[in-house]
Amino acid sequence: MNDKTALTLTVNDRPYEVSVEPRLTLADVLRDHCGLTGTNSGCEHGVCGSCTVLVDDTPVRACLMFAVQARGRRVRTVEGLATGDQLHPLQQAFIEHHALQCGFCTPGFLMLATGVLEADPHISDEDLLDTLSSNLCRCTGYQNIVKAVRAAAAQMRTLRMAAGTPP
Amino acid sequence: MKPAKFVHHTPSTIAQAIALLAELAPQDGRILAGGQSLVPAMALRLAQPAHLIDINGVAGLDRLAVDGNALSIGACVRHAAFQRPPVQGPLGALLATVVRHIAHYPIRTRGTFCGSLANADPASEWCLVAETLDAELVAGSTRGMRHIPARDYFQGVMSTALEADELLAEVRLPLPALGTRTGFYEFNRRAGDFALAMALVLYRVEGGVIVDAHVGVGGVEAHPRRISAAEKALNGRAESAETFAAAADAVADAVLPIEEQPEAAAYKRGLAATVTRRALESAAQNRHENTGAVQ
Repeated sequence: MNDKTALTLTVNDRPYEVSVEPRLTLADVLRDHCGLTGTNSGCEHGVCGSCTVLVDDTPVRACLMFAVQARGRRVRTVEGLATGDQLHPLQQAFIEHHALQCGFCTPGFLMLATGVLEADPHISDEDLLDTLSSNLCRCTGYQNIVKAVRAAAAQMRTLRMAAGTPP
Repeated sequence: MKPAKFVHHTPSTIAQAIALLAELAPQDGRILAGGQSLVPAMALRLAQPAHLIDINGVAGLDRLAVDGNALSIGACVRHAAFQRPPVQGPLGALLATVVRHIAHYPIRTRGTFCGSLANADPASEWCLVAETLDAELVAGSTRGMRHIPARDYFQGVMSTALEADELLAEVRLPLPALGTRTGFYEFNRRAGDFALAMALVLYRVEGGVIVDAHVGVGGVEAHPRRISAAEKALNGRAESAETFAAAADAVADAVLPIEEQPEAAAYKRGLAATVTRRALESAAQNRHENTGAVQ
């Protein structure tokens, strides 16, 4: 009995042909079938946020969405952030502000912050704190994550201005 | 921590979804909307549905619009749709305030308003909103559409008037009268956690006194409930610390906390009174913000 579903996932603008059981979450399929292990699986029931990815540019918990539900959607993971050797402003800011220690939560925080900063480059401090409370970090105490995201937000606004995109 | 096997169904119309549910509900089939409560339960193997009828691709269920005198919320409208007021006036401002207390942003982008009502967790903010505002719930099955008033809908902890073969297709929130003041207060230990107690209040002030008070309390009893004794303590009296204290006392006397242990129940009664008083204070203070659109 073949209870697998064949589908094409679009991840970081690349197609991935996979054949998976419907019960597999997007997090598991990204890791085990697409080989994209940058997305970490932590609690696997939506609490920790380490598996956060963007689906159609919106942050979601990849452990609470089945991979078959991502058919026809645009998935973005931490592997898609850098351009060649050029780190994304958020990645660079996380290094400069020591916003990680063990690094397990980092891909989730990066994708969460990418999603909210792209949607709202002028996000208020109140909204930013509300957003960053979504994911668990057991090393940093969050202060440096907040600093890094604020710094990256400023950098991303500057880059948008330079590119002629309304900030 | 992996969900058990299930068959995934993807209807594209409400009629197809309802027909599938009629066929599969007796075979342990369930609706999958946002999945932010169901999928964790499946990961923990607390739920092992044999069939999931995924309504995310059903046309029209993401409708969020004013219909006559109510805000109509379709089955696939996400929590995040309320982060900006979806309607002018007191209701939009209230919903945009309440949504900030629901889990976290990446959960709000998937979880749905109607899914929260179908799940009926005692600590659900949207269930408290539906109960306190006298919402109307629209349940669809092969027998047709059935309209259920919120007061008849909630039956216990995660137990509702929905039949196994009924899809909660829409919830209709009545638009409060112009000038209605609203206040919401929730207590929990960490942002995004389940409410330990919460209160939602609505009232108008006419001729210097409170009229048409609605006082709802959630997270305390098996399901959210309007507390008529507290509403009586408010109606006909001026907004004042004494009036609000009397309403809070009425809540403490009226609620029957889920907790059986006497100390825990007493704590919850005290907490219910406190969140009620703070919700009332918030309503009194936010009057300009919440009625600004109509002045």
